[in-house]
Amino acid sequence: MAEKKINLLVKVWRQPSTTSVGSFVDYKISVSPDSSFLEMLDEINNDLEKKNLEPIAFESDCREGICGTCGLVINGQPHGPIPKIATCQLHMRNFKDGDTVWVEPFRAKAFQVMKDLIVERSGLDKIIAAGGYISVNTGSIPDANAIPISKERSSIAMDAAACIGCGACVAACKNASAMLFVSAKVSQLALLPQGQPERTRRVQNMVKVMDELGFGSCSNTYACEAECPKGISVKNIARLNREFILANVKSDNIEA
Amino acid sequence: MNWLFRSLNSSIGKKVIMAITGISLILFLLVHLANNLTLFAGPSTFNTVVKSLDSIKPFIRVIEVILALIFIFHIFNGVRLWYENKIARPTPYAVNGSSKNSTLLSRTMIHTGSIIFIFLVIHLSTFWNAFNFSDLHRTHSYYEFTADMFSNVYYSIFYIIAMIILGFHLNHGFQSAFQTFGWNNNKYFPLVKALGFLYSVLMAVAFSSIPIYFLLIGGN
Repeated sequence: MAEKKINLLVKVWRQPSTTSVGSFVDYKISVSPDSSFLEMLDEINNDLEKKNLEPIAFESDCREGICGTCGLVINGQPHGPIPKIATCQLHMRNFKDGDTVWVEPFRAKAFQVMKDLIVERSGLDKIIAAGGYISVNTGSIPDANAIPISKERSSIAMDAAACIGCGACVAACKNASAMLFVSAKVSQLALLPQGQPERTRRVQNMVKVMDELGFGSCSNTYACEAECPKGISVKNIARLNREFILANVKSDNIEA
Repeated sequence: MNWLFRSLNSSIGKKVIMAITGISLILFLLVHLANNLTLFAGPSTFNTVVKSLDSIKPFIRVIEVILALIFIFHIFNGVRLWYENKIARPTPYAVNGSSKNSTLLSRTMIHTGSIIFIFLVIHLSTFWNAFNFSDLHRTHSYYEFTADMFSNVYYSIFYIIAMIILGFHLNHGFQSAFQTFGWNNNKYFPLVKALGFLYSVLMAVAFSSIPIYFLLIGGN
């Protein structure tokens, strides 16, 4: 029996470079419902290359939802219509025959389009470099459970650590705010004993860099939580606010 | 004090200003409503209440200045945040999927806020102005003036619409303030949301009940 395919009109944002003007280009494709969204784009690209045309530039790496590299806005939603998955985990069976599918890059002042669907997300790395780490001396492997921590606390920290840094929160937010990302990173370390020595400095520096990079402010619409492929909770944003307010009030450093 | 300005100028600081001023205005509305509801007790009660407030005018003036500052900070900061957040996304999406991930009320705070601002200007230029700087000062017939104002159908309908929109604004603002202060957990946040909803419905219904009452009884 011949495989049943669905026919789609895919409108893809094409932009040769950061400075050039972009526009949507229509592609008609007949695709297996079992293929993934990125495989569908691969098929379009195969076709384009056969015709000696420039393929669509998009990012992907692990294609199993853990690296955070892929990230497209599909029909107005980052990572597409299905909650709690990354673009690479979206399958064509979620679309109907005859559908029109709009594919856009993540849009934010801090995420400039480099080419087609690829955006510059190094801003998120800069925020991490500002404090999203712990400083420890290397040495021999520490004993397991040498540092006591409750199961509840480590679970909440682990949930925050599930953030893959894809930037969908920024893409989903009407203000292009990176608060969910920053809050997940701040929470993950603020909840653990290892994160305590740099706790104050960390939140102050990360928020400072976040603001400098031109991300917007949070207005509590919670769109980020709804679109996050890892289901990071906005309770982390509440924790970030608390951490930031307390850090600024309690820290003796008037320069920070 | 530089650290304080820097803190309040940060993205989180601006949210904190919105939340503190917002909560202050939420509390103010309760006091304002309590005063308004004395209208239902009849002309003599309401006129006595307003007259007694008039007799402690210097104190009331101080409160009014503080209130004005709270309003100014809330409005200025709100507009500033809206503008900065607009700039944070220079190119809009071709397909707007926001209805699938957030509520309409949470996305339209600037719009509901702007309508409330227009209401505020009209409200101050009619009621506040008349209660403070007109003949009412001598006659103390505040009830009669109010009844007269609300006997105008258009004016009353404008008031009622503005109060419904105020309810929309408060419904998002109430829980938003708690989130901004960092007070969100599984136990009390559902309670905060429910309380905010009840509060905003109460405000919209109770404030609207006054023009509706005067429309029904037909002025004086």
